[in-house]
Amino acid sequence: MLLDALRPEYFGLDRARHAEADDRTETVPDRIGSGASSKDSPRGIAVTVRDLRKDFDGHSVIDGLDLHIPAGQFTAVVGRSGCGKSTLLRLILGLETPSGGRIGLEAPAGTSRRSAPPKRIMFQDPRLLPWARVVDNVAVGLTGLGSKGERRERALAALAEVGLADKAGQWPATLSGGQRQRVALARALVSGPGLLALDEPLGALDALTRIGMQGLIERIWQQQGFTALLVTHDVAEAVALADRILVIDAGRIALDLRVDVPRPRRRGDPDLAALEGRILEHLLGEQTA
Amino acid sequence: MAHPFLDQASRRLTPWLLPVALLAGWQAAVTAGLVSNRFMPAPLDVARAGIAAASTGELWTNLGVSALRALAGFAIGGGIGFTLGLANGLSRVSERLTDTSVQMIRNIPHLSLIPLVILWFGIGEEAKLFLVALGVFFPIYANTLHGIRSVDPGLVEMGRVYGMSRFELFRRVVLPGALPSIFVGLRYGLGIMWLTLIVAETISASSGLGYMAMQAREFMLVDVVVLAILIYALLGKLADALTRQLERVTLSWNPAYRTA
Repeated sequence: MLLDALRPEYFGLDRARHAEADDRTETVPDRIGSGASSKDSPRGIAVTVRDLRKDFDGHSVIDGLDLHIPAGQFTAVVGRSGCGKSTLLRLILGLETPSGGRIGLEAPAGTSRRSAPPKRIMFQDPRLLPWARVVDNVAVGLTGLGSKGERRERALAALAEVGLADKAGQWPATLSGGQRQRVALARALVSGPGLLALDEPLGALDALTRIGMQGLIERIWQQQGFTALLVTHDVAEAVALADRILVIDAGRIALDLRVDVPRPRRRGDPDLAALEGRILEHLLGEQTA
Repeated sequence: MAHPFLDQASRRLTPWLLPVALLAGWQAAVTAGLVSNRFMPAPLDVARAGIAAASTGELWTNLGVSALRALAGFAIGGGIGFTLGLANGLSRVSERLTDTSVQMIRNIPHLSLIPLVILWFGIGEEAKLFLVALGVFFPIYANTLHGIRSVDPGLVEMGRVYGMSRFELFRRVVLPGALPSIFVGLRYGLGIMWLTLIVAETISASSGLGYMAMQAREFMLVDVVVLAILIYALLGKLADALTRQLERVTLSWNPAYRTA
């Protein structure tokens, strides 16, 4: 089973055209190893990227990248710094315009263009408004949705979800780093997103807080069933959380791995450790090569 | 100090220890004859002059005239400075169009325009309003612009990602982010407001505190001159205290402004 997990896979966009890759391509179930807990109607957004290119001042950052992420999948993107992983995330979110290629976001069946769940991003820094109370910061996630009272109510519920109900009336400046990042998570989740992009959201936190946050993100993802796209430089984090790990190098996908270890995953699980070792070896190998 | 009331009282009173001690020393020096009261009247004489001027109503009239000039000039200059600062902070086109001109004018000391202003407006109200407005304009403009420029671009991006409209982005992210800097401009502006007004009133006026001081000099009423100077000090302190209070209310989120 682990060997399967280690097999690099190529997820073609358009399977008919990429028939040669078919024997190596598996259909990925909507949610791997987590199916039991998510019963609500699927609301994940599927992402299809084709021949994506992005140049900054003539320097190519993303260079002909193809990718398909099925709805509801938890995908982690790892790579050395400067490999283009954050740029890929920002392109998918629409924060950057591609220099070439196409990005398609497919809303879940049964939702119209207007009712489609939004896409959200969590940055490395919490980016809370220092002049707004914690609950109002969470309500920013509902901008343009519902009445003021409704927004407040949903914001309070989201805060309770991340365990910060008692901090609703405080200023962000009074919270710890981990608490601020949890507020940012509540803000990202309060609108019920179909796609949650996480741009190294835990990079600035201490090790214990980070493990707690990982558990929180995994639990909420299992409950809500959104598509999660996590950019991280922490391979252990990617292995602990993701269904699938993409290693990006020089603007392309160098390695595409499935993680079939069932959830809940134990820290220090030998399968995870072996997988982590393999990815690290790949990353280090690139460096020395 | 353990007792909270004493603790607070001491915090309130400490800033006034030095001024009161100075006054006491000054009074003692004059009473002992160390200083001639022809050049430096004793505080009690100044207080007596103050009571006299207040009872004839002369003090209040002049104070009212000066305050009205100060506030009107501040409102005009500050309003224009704030508006232009916002416009140039938010729009590249507006900045490219006006900033160079503003920077050139800024480097002219505005009090050097007094002769020109007297030629234009005579010694009427317009002259004083013009000078005060001009003086107040620059600090408010420069600090508003700087405040908007220094708003964290990460927060602006966050606001965009969360679908804020341009107006919402301005109201919820840009303006609150620029506010601490705008307050710095406000305080500078208030200082320049008094300075300009007093210079203008001293040189050319027929009413106001500065005029009162100049009249007193004509008649060698040193106590009234000193009275006018002390009133300036109190007015400056009052303006500063009001701004601080405003900061405390609007910037309570910021640990640097939190009430102790």
